Amino acid sequence: MSLNNNILVKLENTGVMLDNKWLVKGVSLEVKKGQIVTLIGPNGSGKSTTAKIALGIYKNIEGKVEKYTDKIGYVPQKISIDWTLPIRVSDFMLLTEVLTNDEINNALKLTGVDHLKNNDLRNLSGGEFQRVLIARAISKKPDLLVLDEPVQGVDFKGELALYELIKEISEKLGCGILLISHDLHVVMSATDHVLCLNGHVCCSGTPQTVVKDSKYKELFGDRASTILSVYEHDHDHTHSPDGTIETKK
Amino acid sequence: MFDDFFIRALFAGLGVALVTGPLGCFVIWRRLSFFAGTLAHSSLLGVTLAFSFDINISFSVLLISSAVALILLRLQKTTKLPSDALLGLLAHSSLAIGLVVIGFLSYIRFDIMGLLFGDILAVNKKDLLVIWVGGAIILLILKLIWKPLFASTVNYELAEAEGMKPEKINAVFTILMAAIIAISIKMVGILLITGMLIIPAAMARNLANNPKQMIIISIIGGLLAVVLGLYSSLEFNTASGPSIITAALVLFILSMFNIRKFKQLKK
Repeated sequence: MSLNNNILVKLENTGVMLDNKWLVKGVSLEVKKGQIVTLIGPNGSGKSTTAKIALGIYKNIEGKVEKYTDKIGYVPQKISIDWTLPIRVSDFMLLTEVLTNDEINNALKLTGVDHLKNNDLRNLSGGEFQRVLIARAISKKPDLLVLDEPVQGVDFKGELALYELIKEISEKLGCGILLISHDLHVVMSATDHVLCLNGHVCCSGTPQTVVKDSKYKELFGDRASTILSVYEHDHDHTHSPDGTIETKK
Repeated sequence: MFDDFFIRALFAGLGVALVTGPLGCFVIWRRLSFFAGTLAHSSLLGVTLAFSFDINISFSVLLISSAVALILLRLQKTTKLPSDALLGLLAHSSLAIGLVVIGFLSYIRFDIMGLLFGDILAVNKKDLLVIWVGGAIILLILKLIWKPLFASTVNYELAEAEGMKPEKINAVFTILMAAIIAISIKMVGILLITGMLIIPAAMARNLANNPKQMIIISIIGGLLAVVLGLYSSLEFNTASGPSIITAALVLFILSMFNIRKFKQLKK
């Protein structure tokens, strides 16, 4: 089989214009199986827009999007549940997929919220809801995961654990991940490919090449380029969902 | 059995309630109450066109309501007006055009009251067949599109991203709305069909804690409202359509009472 078969989604010179203003322009990227591609950039730089282009949410776009899978899990940046909807966590898990009870339980357990299964979705805290969103996206064992700031509002301990989980899932399922994150530490340590956006692609490549790029320094400041050295160390432990440290066997 | 006008009315009402129950839930969830009203208002134009060209009323109402829904979608994309303004514009202008057209049809004697409030007691066997067959088709389609429809109700972008095709599903749902209005307009009338859609579902919202439960309670509420409304209209000699809606309102008020009591118990 050709290499092409590993590509899950491919964007070629894509862009979106809304009310005569480019939200983002000239973005090319591809996500392959088992690969984590991360979008970084300041607020309003078009990260979420790029993710939505890849997902096919925007209809009138410039350029070309090729999708090679329909099994997609999406954690949007913002989602609000209308109070008129009586919906429990378990109903939400079944939103776009047919799952067995066990599959629901397992996914919720992975993100540490299995005790909330029968709770009303509206009564969850921001962090709890975020964990449910991640559980829902991974429960269907997707080929492609699109995570738009997946750990926003999650407590400090949980944040690391969830990033570990995301990396673990990409390895276990062999799925591709398109990640949007402001957490440069995580991005630089866990990512295969980084795109630095500011309305267009400023620079891209492996984390090692990106941090050395002058445009990256311009965008994030000098301190950001020291990140890699700070975080270049081997993990000797993992974090369970409640934050306790487990030594790696 | 269906020779008795009251039995016919009862079964017509039950047939409509079976369909308005689940559709009404979606109307509430998607905040489409005013949209349902707009479709209902536009159906007057459908009725008058049916008389002018001598075609089937349900068919003509379905056609006009669907057309109005499509015009709405178009206007939402091309104008900067908010949706509620557009709905008001369409509702009242189509109602007005309907009434103007009636003026031209001076050779036909119209029962405007009958159109506005329906006449469930005048339902004949053919109407009954339209309601039950049409209703069954609507429910079947609703069952088939349940998952994508519910997903796009909860979150449009999530549904789009995960391949639920919300745009197509929304169009199908709109046609289902037009269809239920088309088959029930003769019985509950233009002004009250929205009540049939909203009130039982609103009652169900007070009692349910998950979507499927809300749909079941909404159906039961609608069926109860029809039975209670029709029997009390017989008893007190009141107009039957409005009596059904009043019965639904009474059930809604009872459901509010239930919540308060439940909350007190919890304390």
